[in-house]
Amino acid sequence: MAQIKIEHLRKDFGAFTAVQSSTFTVEDGEFFMLLGPSGCGKTTTLRMMAGLELPSSGRVYIDGEEVGQKPASQRDIAFVFQMFALYPHMNVRRNIAYPLISQGMKRAQVRERVAEVARILGIEAMLDKPVGGLSGGDRQRVALGRAIVREPKAFFMDEPLGALDAEFRERMSEELRALHDRMGATTVYVTHDQLEAMQMGDKIVVMNHGVVEQFGVPQDIYDWPATMFVADFIGAPPMNMLRGHGMLGAGADHVMLGDARLAMPALREGVAGDFALGVRPEHVRLSDSGALRGEVLATEYLGTTQIVTLRTAFGEVKARIASDRRVAMHETAGLDLDARTLSVFDTATGRALRSSANEGVLSHG
Amino acid sequence: MSYSVTDPSPLSRWIAGVTVVLYAMITLLPLLWIIATGFKSPEDSIAYPPKVIFEPSLEGYVNLFTTRTRISEEEQATPPPAETWYERIAREQGQSIAGPSRYGERFVNSVIIGFGSTFLCMVLGTAAAYAFSRFRVPLRDDLMFFILSTRMMPPIAVAIPIFLMFRQLGLNDTHLGMILLYTAVNLSLSVWLLKGFIDEIPVEYEEAALIDGYTRFQAFTKVVLPQAATGIASTAIFCLIFAWNEYAFAVLLTSGTAQTAPPFIPTIIGVGGKDWPAVAAGATIFLVPVMVFTILLRKHLLRGITFGAVRK
Repeated sequence: MAQIKIEHLRKDFGAFTAVQSSTFTVEDGEFFMLLGPSGCGKTTTLRMMAGLELPSSGRVYIDGEEVGQKPASQRDIAFVFQMFALYPHMNVRRNIAYPLISQGMKRAQVRERVAEVARILGIEAMLDKPVGGLSGGDRQRVALGRAIVREPKAFFMDEPLGALDAEFRERMSEELRALHDRMGATTVYVTHDQLEAMQMGDKIVVMNHGVVEQFGVPQDIYDWPATMFVADFIGAPPMNMLRGHGMLGAGADHVMLGDARLAMPALREGVAGDFALGVRPEHVRLSDSGALRGEVLATEYLGTTQIVTLRTAFGEVKARIASDRRVAMHETAGLDLDARTLSVFDTATGRALRSSANEGVLSHG
Repeated sequence: MSYSVTDPSPLSRWIAGVTVVLYAMITLLPLLWIIATGFKSPEDSIAYPPKVIFEPSLEGYVNLFTTRTRISEEEQATPPPAETWYERIAREQGQSIAGPSRYGERFVNSVIIGFGSTFLCMVLGTAAAYAFSRFRVPLRDDLMFFILSTRMMPPIAVAIPIFLMFRQLGLNDTHLGMILLYTAVNLSLSVWLLKGFIDEIPVEYEEAALIDGYTRFQAFTKVVLPQAATGIASTAIFCLIFAWNEYAFAVLLTSGTAQTAPPFIPTIIGVGGKDWPAVAAGATIFLVPVMVFTILLRKHLLRGITFGAVRK
């Protein structure tokens, strides 16, 4: 198992830059998520780490060794494809055995290893079946089997659950996480599903337009997004943005939105011009005393909670509140924002301003 | 798109059945007629009205494979005993067998040239199609069009220049020359067909093989080739049928050593009267190899024709 480090990795396809100067480190044994919308460069980044794509510039270290320009076959890694890519002309056993055969392993030993892997994944009964007739979940297990049988330095997975239906995804994601915990193998996992990333990942990299937006543990990324993109992409519904204009100096611990004075963590840097105050829906409370006022536009019932959409003078705000609170349409309500959780973004650059609350997170991101 | 999921009604099944049988009769009748003519005597073969029921004779086949001389009057009076069945058949016509004809050689030439060029075409075509399908070949689209454009001229238009080139190169009337020529002509078709087939094979299979520790060439031979087998088989059939049946180049560029069967068969007519049974026998035997080849690969051919029509 191994640590994986990438430095200033860049990939151009003609005039199009798919990945611009990505830098991050995947620690040994980590379950690492590459998260972003489609076209953000996450798959290209993964493919460069795996050696299926050669970087235009930059370096890839696997286990301390620079492998950036080496072909995939020499990197000792395993890759799980979205469409599984099981060899259709081979049965399950041969599919799993295939990486071992390339190493010239003895036949008896191959049999043993395949049987062991099949036991781990619970697919012993289907070893001699052709892969064509298998269900999506079983194909996924066979693909995993082919990946783990060789005990590679690292696993790379490109949206491995993307081709499964919703019900099955849930189960496979649990199985995957359990498998990882058991084997402790470094895993890099690409997904566009922020929920999947939060559920399964030890660490997340959020990418957009080929740029790493933020890199950290799920909780930090959720609580203290480094950019407006991350704030918007992570969380459902996303972080609310209250738009303001003016001057905020370093050290400011409140912001005026109209007549409302909103307390917030003390800023470490200032902004002049347009800014946005970010607050997660669960940190918005409806209260009659709230200085910020909003008109209720819609409510969505979600079981124990409900999402209330309100129109304020500074933009729409969604609040996640207990569902037993009665909210009437078009009612005007006061909003209380939890002061400890607020982030301020510079709208011009999209970056979060450093404050006493988020500086610990942003300094390493 | 929607598909009917009900079974066809008995009436439409019946109509479909009759149509197929009628069509088969129309296409098979000439074939059957040729095969039958091969077993007729020369008189029966030109009888009018045509004879459907006749006494089978191997005269056509004997005449096809032999050269014969007419037996003189005195010899006829005291004939040496006929030793073989074919000698006997020749005697009945008042002839004696002088030696084998050239049909055997011509047939072997056809086999060498037809299968040789098909094999070469498949090797080169698969490699080229793979490159066009997988790599960023500069000017790919222009090259693909250029390759196709070699098919746009009728053979007869290029036959004379090719004849002159072959003469300079010493390739006239050689097996190598004909194999190269048919390969060149068929290659465009095979590159186009095979590229289509290889395009349909997801590139992930090869990437999986690369990750599993195989080289690109191993990935090609062990993963791509088995999956392209259908495409290769159906393309091979097309190439073989063309090379096998080709007449224009063969008649212009070969005369002796490398002549194939198609230009030879019509010359049988001229040898001692219109010997239709011998011509028919030659045509019948000529049909066999392509038929066998096609039947062996028919499963692939059928899948090849409908390839890509059904999304799995």
